[in-house]
Amino acid sequence: MSFINYSSREINCKIVYYGPGLCGKTTNLQYIYQRTNPEAKGKMISLATETERTLFFDFLPLSLGEIRGFRTRFHLYTVPGQVFYDASRKLILKGVDGVGFVADSQIERTEANIESLDNLRTNLVEQGYSLDKIPYVVQYNKRDLPNAAPLDELRQLLNPTNVPDFEAVATKGVGVFETLKAVARLVLTELKRGA
Amino acid sequence: MVMYEPEFREIQAVCERLQREANAKAVLLMDRNGQAISESGETQQVDVVSMCSLTAGNVAATSAIAELLAEPEFTSQYHEGASVHVYMALHERLILVVLFDKRSSLGLVKLRVKRANDEISRIFERLRAKVADPEPTALSDITDDDIDALFKD
Repeated sequence: MSFINYSSREINCKIVYYGPGLCGKTTNLQYIYQRTNPEAKGKMISLATETERTLFFDFLPLSLGEIRGFRTRFHLYTVPGQVFYDASRKLILKGVDGVGFVADSQIERTEANIESLDNLRTNLVEQGYSLDKIPYVVQYNKRDLPNAAPLDELRQLLNPTNVPDFEAVATKGVGVFETLKAVARLVLTELKRGA
Repeated sequence: MVMYEPEFREIQAVCERLQREANAKAVLLMDRNGQAISESGETQQVDVVSMCSLTAGNVAATSAIAELLAEPEFTSQYHEGASVHVYMALHERLILVVLFDKRSSLGLVKLRVKRANDEISRIFERLRAKVADPEPTALSDITDDDIDALFKD
């Protein structure tokens, strides 16, 4: 749920990166963190296991500049991708303004992508949202791997409604900011529509 | 959520008084999504944005545990540190966080928080009525060009 503060002239929004385990959600945030000016970002927090798997969430506050005198701030979150952390994923979706679904392009992860997307749809409904209405983009990550599935195939499976989608190699930053900007833009457009 | 200047000032005044009367180091008010609403006291050394996000995560997890145990809610949490202690009170959609040290006590903090919560409730009740019948806002004037300008490289 966005927070519009007329007193401090700020618009705060929440974007969640969703996707199967090891698809690169945390890598997206790490790249954004590394490539953002210090004055535009806060501390990145990762609540991870001892083996560096996301346990609860990653969090990165980001300022994107001013719009009509309002400072726009985005709180970026990732969910833990592993199937058994579903209760945590539900909590993180609370108050979400936009979702970036990070798919793992590897053929072997096709089922995991579909399962995660179904899980996203279900969990959004539980929170009173619909994937068909909320600002939403898809990222096909790991496009550089030799076992990456053809793009058309992924699109057919994971993006039947034709939302904005992007090819990415998050470890190298390819497609990372494009994905972020696309979902942030949709969130602001939605906010404007609701004003 | 929408916050307007007059209500913000009132909330800020309540939090400042709570901080004073509870002898607290700092008081933070946030919503359950982790958006900071108000801060008062010694917050210079505190990463408020991170604090709010982690508190919201903590409260969300604790609320889910309450649900598992068929409890409606755990309405407060207390974390005791070596020198700084944290008291979190849940109230409707809000979380009030008080950081305190040896200058205060849990009993005093709890007592003052109760009064502050009642006052904050009344302010938010008015705010909700105002938001339900909004005046045209600056946001309705935002154009697609404004949004494009934000994302220009």
